[in-house]
Amino acid sequence: MQTNPVIKLAEIHKVYHTGEVDVHAVRGITLEIFPGEFVALMGASGSGKSTLMNMIGALDRPSNGNYLLDGIDVSTLDRDALADIRNEKIGFVFQGFNLLSRTSALENTEMPMLYHRHRIPAHEQKERALRALELVGLGSRADHHPNQLSGGQQQRVAIARALVNQPSLLLADEPTGNLDSQTSIEIMGVFQKLNDQGITIVMVTHELDIARYTRRNVILRDGNIVSDTMVAGRLNAENELRQLRAAQQAVKLAL
Amino acid sequence: MRIFASLKIAGRALRRNKMRSLLTMLGIIIGVGAVIGSVSLTTGATKQVEDQVASLGENVVTVFSGNFTQGGMRGGWGSAPTLTVDDAKAIAQLPHVLAVSPEVRDREQILANGLNWNTQVLGESPDYPQIVNRSIASGSMFSDQDVRSLAKSAIVGKTVVDQLFPGEDPLGQTLRIRNIPFQIVGVLTPKGFNLFGQDQDDIVIVPYTSHMHRITTRTFLNDILVEASSDKAIIQAQNEITDLLTARHRSKEPDFTVRNQADLMQRVSESSRTMGFLLAGVAAVSLIVGGIGIMNIMLVSVTERTREIGIRMAVGARGTDILVQFLIEAVTLSAIGGSMGIAGGMIFSWLVASLQDWPTVTPSVWIVIAFISSTVVGVISGFYPAWKASKLDPIDALRYE
Repeated sequence: MQTNPVIKLAEIHKVYHTGEVDVHAVRGITLEIFPGEFVALMGASGSGKSTLMNMIGALDRPSNGNYLLDGIDVSTLDRDALADIRNEKIGFVFQGFNLLSRTSALENTEMPMLYHRHRIPAHEQKERALRALELVGLGSRADHHPNQLSGGQQQRVAIARALVNQPSLLLADEPTGNLDSQTSIEIMGVFQKLNDQGITIVMVTHELDIARYTRRNVILRDGNIVSDTMVAGRLNAENELRQLRAAQQAVKLAL
Repeated sequence: MRIFASLKIAGRALRRNKMRSLLTMLGIIIGVGAVIGSVSLTTGATKQVEDQVASLGENVVTVFSGNFTQGGMRGGWGSAPTLTVDDAKAIAQLPHVLAVSPEVRDREQILANGLNWNTQVLGESPDYPQIVNRSIASGSMFSDQDVRSLAKSAIVGKTVVDQLFPGEDPLGQTLRIRNIPFQIVGVLTPKGFNLFGQDQDDIVIVPYTSHMHRITTRTFLNDILVEASSDKAIIQAQNEITDLLTARHRSKEPDFTVRNQADLMQRVSESSRTMGFLLAGVAAVSLIVGGIGIMNIMLVSVTERTREIGIRMAVGARGTDILVQFLIEAVTLSAIGGSMGIAGGMIFSWLVASLQDWPTVTPSVWIVIAFISSTVVGVISGFYPAWKASKLDPIDALRYE
């Protein structure tokens, strides 16, 4: 690939000084992720994938090594600058959706724009939030509160919120962890659609079948990358859903 | 800082938790309401007392006759006959004296119209209404000529009219005091009860000469009412009177007392100042209690909303954004609570006023004080929780269950 990487990790280390023993969570990871990629970070718990995710997401700084996000050296920035990076460059999607309760889908989606360095006029906030909600197929539920939405719909709102500031990178931490298999495939469909539009996605998961919807799988163990492969025989969420529905229909008919 | 966005965020957060917001405000509402209510009622009451003291007559100096001592038994003030009409006439010549009324007092059973009534009969000079700040509603005051001629003219108060001439015009009618017929020449404008609960309209006023020579056979006065030429001249007038009477009476010990209205006024304003301090203390305590309530709820709210703070930080909120958000929430709560308390206190005092016939005045300075101090309480009590929230680590906050 000729373009510059979105993420460029060089010899990243992370050591936690908690208690008597230092925990070496990430031990010298070097990784490049280019625009338009769809990467699954995989590994057992304790493999360092969450720590790596936090650093990629500018929530945490590496103890050692360099991290360039979109060409900006994130490893040296202070708290406020990291907050601005998160706001402008990164969209987060979490396992537990992390929406504000008793707050409409629209207001949840608007939230990142309230923290933008430049003031975004209220009408533009609303327009952009509605557009993001339409992108994830929830345009008609903008005024619903999280408790009026299904898990899959809540995760779509979270994705809309992640996209609303047009980040260079969408980071998803176990986005299907709280969803049933069919809804999981639907969410992967949303990601695939966004990825086809050119959005770079990095996703942490421990589910192998979910990882098969991505383009590239990076597997970690004990703070090191042990495998980095392109996905052969990538699943298409739309096809899978169609097959799943056909199978369900068949079961119903049989009964 | 993105103040505008922070205002919006804080507003949304408060609206999300309407019930809790209201309950948090309750401490401030009740505190401020109690302060405004009690300030309104006491200010009203104090003002009424001050008005009444002022209505006793301004710049008035009263000369009481001395105490009577015989064989070791000492009578009270006014028990010794020491003040004479000549004393009063001499006082009238003093430079800082505007008007003088020699006063004799007596309770008499009076008859008129086939009815009778026991009331206070005063002997006064024509300057009496001016000195004590009263006016004649109908008819006119008796004149100096009436004083000289021991005229059988009388001025009556409204209570006496009600008792002896119900539904009639008393002017020109006759009433009998010790069987001596007096003609009613004037009726006093009603004044109601005074500070000490006396009915100021239950009186009959006659020329002091008529009182001393026709009704009673006295040669001495109960007291002398003196009006000083201005409020600044009260002390001078008092000194002049003291010197004059000391010289005239040639007594070793003073056989009279001189008092002025300013003494009473001062005592009243002292007591209202004490009341003011007391209220300020109550206000401070209730605002502190309200502030602790807000701080408590904000601390709980920061803990409870740790995840929310994590989410906000993950999507780009800086520490200061979180600080400002929580600070604005606290200040909004206390300011709205303060405003509601002010309104509530005014409504409460107005209700008491209309039910209890108790005057109420809400001084605007107290409204400003109440509002500003409740806002300040919000800032102080909101700051620690807000600071705590702003220092949270986004990763820990996001993981918080």
